[in-house]
Amino acid sequence: MAIKDYLRERFFPHIWCPGCGHGTVLNGLLRAVEQLGMSRNEIVMVSGIGCSARISGYIDFHTLHTIHGRALAFATGVKMSRPELNLIVPMGDGDALAIGGNHFIHAARRNIDITAIVMNNRIYGMTGGQFSPLSGPDITATTAPFSSIDPSFDVVELSKAAGATFVARTTTYHVKQITDYIKQAILHEGFAVVEILSQCPTHFGRKNKEGSAVDMMKRYKEVTTPIGSKAKQENPDLIERGIFVQKERPEYCKEYEKMVERAMKGR
Amino acid sequence: MVFSGSGGQGVITAAIILAEAAVIYDHLNAVQSQSYGAAARGGSTRSDVVIADSTIHYPKVLQPNVLVCLTQTAYNDYYPIIRPGGLLITDTRFVKIEKKVDARQVELPMYRTVLEQIGKPIVFNICMLGAVVSLTRLVHPDSIMKVLETRIPSGFLEMNRKALDLGIAMGAPE
Amino acid sequence: MSKKVKFVQGNEACVEGALYAGVTFFAGYPITPSTEIAEHMAKRLPQIGGKFIQMEDEIASLCAIIGASLTGHKVLTATSGPGFSLMQEALGYAVMAEIPCVIVNVMRGGPSTGIPTHGSQGDVNQARWGTHGDHAIIALTASGHQDVFEVTVTAFNLAETYRTPVILLFDEVVGHMRERLVIPEKGELPLVERLKTSVKEGVDYHPYLPREDGRLPMSDFGGVHRFNVTGLYHDMWGFPSTKPSVVHGLTHHLVDKLENRVNKLAMYKEYFLDDAEYILVSYGSAARSALHLVKDRRFRGERLGLLELQTLWPFPGDIVREKCESARAVIVVELNMGQVMQSVKMAVSDSEKVFLANRIDGVFIAPVDILNILRLIQGKGV
Repeated sequence: MAIKDYLRERFFPHIWCPGCGHGTVLNGLLRAVEQLGMSRNEIVMVSGIGCSARISGYIDFHTLHTIHGRALAFATGVKMSRPELNLIVPMGDGDALAIGGNHFIHAARRNIDITAIVMNNRIYGMTGGQFSPLSGPDITATTAPFSSIDPSFDVVELSKAAGATFVARTTTYHVKQITDYIKQAILHEGFAVVEILSQCPTHFGRKNKEGSAVDMMKRYKEVTTPIGSKAKQENPDLIERGIFVQKERPEYCKEYEKMVERAMKGR
Repeated sequence: MVFSGSGGQGVITAAIILAEAAVIYDHLNAVQSQSYGAAARGGSTRSDVVIADSTIHYPKVLQPNVLVCLTQTAYNDYYPIIRPGGLLITDTRFVKIEKKVDARQVELPMYRTVLEQIGKPIVFNICMLGAVVSLTRLVHPDSIMKVLETRIPSGFLEMNRKALDLGIAMGAPE
Repeated sequence: MSKKVKFVQGNEACVEGALYAGVTFFAGYPITPSTEIAEHMAKRLPQIGGKFIQMEDEIASLCAIIGASLTGHKVLTATSGPGFSLMQEALGYAVMAEIPCVIVNVMRGGPSTGIPTHGSQGDVNQARWGTHGDHAIIALTASGHQDVFEVTVTAFNLAETYRTPVILLFDEVVGHMRERLVIPEKGELPLVERLKTSVKEGVDYHPYLPREDGRLPMSDFGGVHRFNVTGLYHDMWGFPSTKPSVVHGLTHHLVDKLENRVNKLAMYKEYFLDDAEYILVSYGSAARSALHLVKDRRFRGERLGLLELQTLWPFPGDIVREKCESARAVIVVELNMGQVMQSVKMAVSDSEKVFLANRIDGVFIAPVDILNILRLIQGKGV
């Protein structure tokens, strides 16, 4: 199936600004689905609120555009009630880890078979550029006019600690990695997190003097390095890319089925 | 009627068993409710049971015809609400009664008897139920046993039956 | 065949009703005094192959059942005031996206943590206006276990019929009280199953295009029709729209589908209203005390009657007006500061004759409390 057939062209143009990284994520995601040869009817995409969340409207899957921060809770209900469906949940950084932080860690704890994609642009874009829990200190934002003092979460470390069984990180510069990691995340049985650094030239780049979208993407190449590289040892400030966790642990819906068997025996 | 005591004595369970027996096996109407605190164990507990042969609307008890008090605190709190001339059952081990109460006060050595003859305080409440059904004749003892059969493992039934019989004997007229 | 008679708490009667109605998915979070509903669901649903999940909070609970409803399940969650407060945003989502679901609020005293182990009826107006924005909602209640059962079945039926969340406003007194429940035979009470689209695969399915009768046939997630569901104003495809005609049309659709059927949705019981000089209007547990008083006074020759409301929203104003027309006075009996009294005042032609008999101290209102108010109104003192 051609990539184009996964899009709801009826609903274009999209709302994203020129240069936004989210289109690159959409592209990578669709290639992953296409390469896996998945039927559109077997995928449910659930999203929350924010620029990233609009991705669900543009794709011809079963799509559920919900409320801010709660996409994983809705997705949990869909998955539990029909475990044979594949759940993909794209989220922004605020959506996933500020308002949605609780649902994020509990979905990871349960190890429910959902693919969570954190499109991390370190800013609230839709509301006009406020800092997020992934902005980190010394960032200029409309709610941090004297630069931010809030430390940031490390999505990878947080996901690991909460119990996610697949954790990967890449950027919009590394487009092939996006497809590769999302593919592996979808195939993985359990809660899978793919963090993708995605540029917001409009609200993050401008305020923080990071230049154009192209400059920001080039920067992703410069400030990141593969896991365990020599460069990382020499420069600990570099952000690692790659697959950090890939392990087996009982998946929630499967465990539920076993529990149902026990319950039926006990009748 | 009102059952009162402290958490862990099985006061509420006894009230439920009595009311369930009335409804399921004696085809009466019954409503059971209880007052709740935050503590699961200890603290005082109260359970109200209304048994009638007509429909019950107001589910609480303002003036009980039958009042059971299994602690001194419960007795002190509730003896003033008993309907004048009502039946007030206490356990000799836990409650020292007042003379002035306008009620038929029946003091029974239920706890001591259960300990002596069964050795397990856990069936104290069932013994109390035996005394209640024997003194009031509201519900058949067989119906109480039928409820117990649905609620407790068969291995413990005999012990409960014995406790019930002890209570019935204690409540029977001399 | 003898019917199944149980001696249970009101919360369990609700569970039995939900199972009778065909619930297959429950998500919830423990909270007094509703917890027994979750506990019984945790036991019963796996035994029939249904799904139970304890979520991380009440927000997630409502979100999860909305998700499960979209795959074709009849869904339920249960909570009390604080949890119901947390659910309000997702409740609005279910209204906007027209997702059938049933939400039980076993009311306790509030605001905030309030008085968790004591009864109250303080969430009546929250059920109506708790979520933001113009909308309509269905809220039902009951005063005894047989009614709790039947009203729960009705809640599922209405949720499926009108594609709307339905709120069951029970209270601590009924929730925790134990009394007789007779489980009806299969088929004894009517059940409404989800209306599924007849549109074939490959033909355009419009998830938000009402049929001529106003109903919206659904298609399950995972089925042959792929569509978008959103909490934004949306067109017939379910795609976000800010077109004034779309926004206007959808607001009217959401409100009218329920408000235009006020009388059809009205469930109530009446006792001795024909010649009643004084009418009590009550609902939920408070109606038990009201009925106790009415029967007691009738026995003594006083012309007292009771209108027991089971549908609280949309408020059956026409029925209240008609029933109370010739009464000398109307006393609303409730466990709050007069939330339903306000609606009754608006409904009747003479609001001056509407009075309140309430208790707000956590103590369940007794017949004598109501009688005292009646005597004051009659000018007879207490």
